[in-house]
Amino acid sequence: MEYINLVFEEVYKILFLLVPVLVSVAMIVWLDRRVWAFVQKRQGPNVVGPFGLLQSLADALKYIFKEVIIPASSNKIIFILAPIITMTLALIAWAVIPFGENQVLANINVGILYIFAVSSLGVYGIIMGGWASNSKYPFLGSIRSAAQMVSYEVSIGIIIINVLLCVGSLNLSDIVLAQQNIWFIIPLFPMFVIFFISALAETNRPPFDLPEAEAELVAGYQTEYSGMMYAMFWLGEYANILLMCALGSILFLGGWLSPIDLYPFNLIPGAIWLILKILLLFILFALVKAVVPRYRYDQLMRLGWKIFLPFSLTYVVLTASYLFYFNLLPSL
Amino acid sequence: MKITRFLKTILMVDFVTGLLIALKEIFKTKKTINYPFEKGKISPRFRGEHALRRYPNGEERCIACKLCEAVCPAQAITIESAERSDGSRKTTRYDIDMMKCIYCGLCEESCPVDAIVQGPNFEFSTETREELYYTKEKLLDNGDRWENILAANIKSDNPYR
Repeated sequence: MEYINLVFEEVYKILFLLVPVLVSVAMIVWLDRRVWAFVQKRQGPNVVGPFGLLQSLADALKYIFKEVIIPASSNKIIFILAPIITMTLALIAWAVIPFGENQVLANINVGILYIFAVSSLGVYGIIMGGWASNSKYPFLGSIRSAAQMVSYEVSIGIIIINVLLCVGSLNLSDIVLAQQNIWFIIPLFPMFVIFFISALAETNRPPFDLPEAEAELVAGYQTEYSGMMYAMFWLGEYANILLMCALGSILFLGGWLSPIDLYPFNLIPGAIWLILKILLLFILFALVKAVVPRYRYDQLMRLGWKIFLPFSLTYVVLTASYLFYFNLLPSL
Repeated sequence: MKITRFLKTILMVDFVTGLLIALKEIFKTKKTINYPFEKGKISPRFRGEHALRRYPNGEERCIACKLCEAVCPAQAITIESAERSDGSRKTTRYDIDMMKCIYCGLCEESCPVDAIVQGPNFEFSTETREELYYTKEKLLDNGDRWENILAANIKSDNPYR
């Protein structure tokens, strides 16, 4: 009985995290479309529910009732597994995101490594989807996506090293608490910019949406998918974007900390501040989508390997030597 | 020259200006309308759904001259006529196949008595093809329903004809 109670407690905790995440993913799709439309002076989805807030819910319902078509020549098991893997990986990474002091599902001491590992695994969903479809466009799309995500993961990793040098811990809560004096966006501003751009590439967002470049590849790895399986890819993608926004706000924008540690501000619970920061970053994501044209593939690779990688490596050296010279290195 | 270009690239000047323009555009008035709830303005010359008009005393205008049938480039109009008991020539059949019609407006222009007109209504989609085969009753009914707007449109467009 004791054991069952323990399991149920954990399940409740997980649901308490997952349900809001899934709902906010739906809302964020609406926000994305709405911001995009507003920049183009359109109305955007505004019919379903107040301000069209329930649009994504209606879309999801539509996807659920659509027929799932599995191509005859596809590898059926992998084909079905791919969207499941994408979505699961995008969701389990949320376990280590802290919403406040001690308000975290799994307070493990290698949180950042865990997130990094899980988001690297996310490539598998896309590769499997592209491969199992047994069709040209999905295959090309998934190859592109794999190359792109791997290259930008390298620069994200080095950017994270910058932050870790200043913190001295891999625990996400410790990273936030280390920013009580100053948010890392101020000393590490160039790294924040590169992190943001790499996050765009990592989540296959425009201007780096080459894997699903509709002008060249129909819809990339999603071409053969339909119904609920397509919706799962779609959910996983946006959950990943949200995760990257959360990571950005934890690494650089001080996570749950309020911007000013004064009376009216620190009354607001930390989770609200974190959500506001995630929203801010996401609106930036959506604006970039509306503003920037798509990169060419060689430009994308050049940016990743020849500019971001050397630049962030140089910055690691600079940060390390600065901290070492002024004796500011965190004690381990 | 090269240094300014380098600085421009490093500081992403073009990107930031673009982003600021996008931010400004967000708060401008929208160019699109909520279609089913609000509708755009329509010119009095708009060539929408057809209608057969009547005189104020209720007599139908059409004299079965068949000019519209002759001019119709899509041959969408079919007319049969007969002499009525009071000696006047009237149509016994006036059909317009709305699926053939190309909405060119030539029937309206050719009509000597302003009987057949194209009104402002463009929302007459149906679920079957049969419903789009308009008969005389349907067209006269349309005329009765839209008469006020039709008369006003013809009057306002008259100086330019």
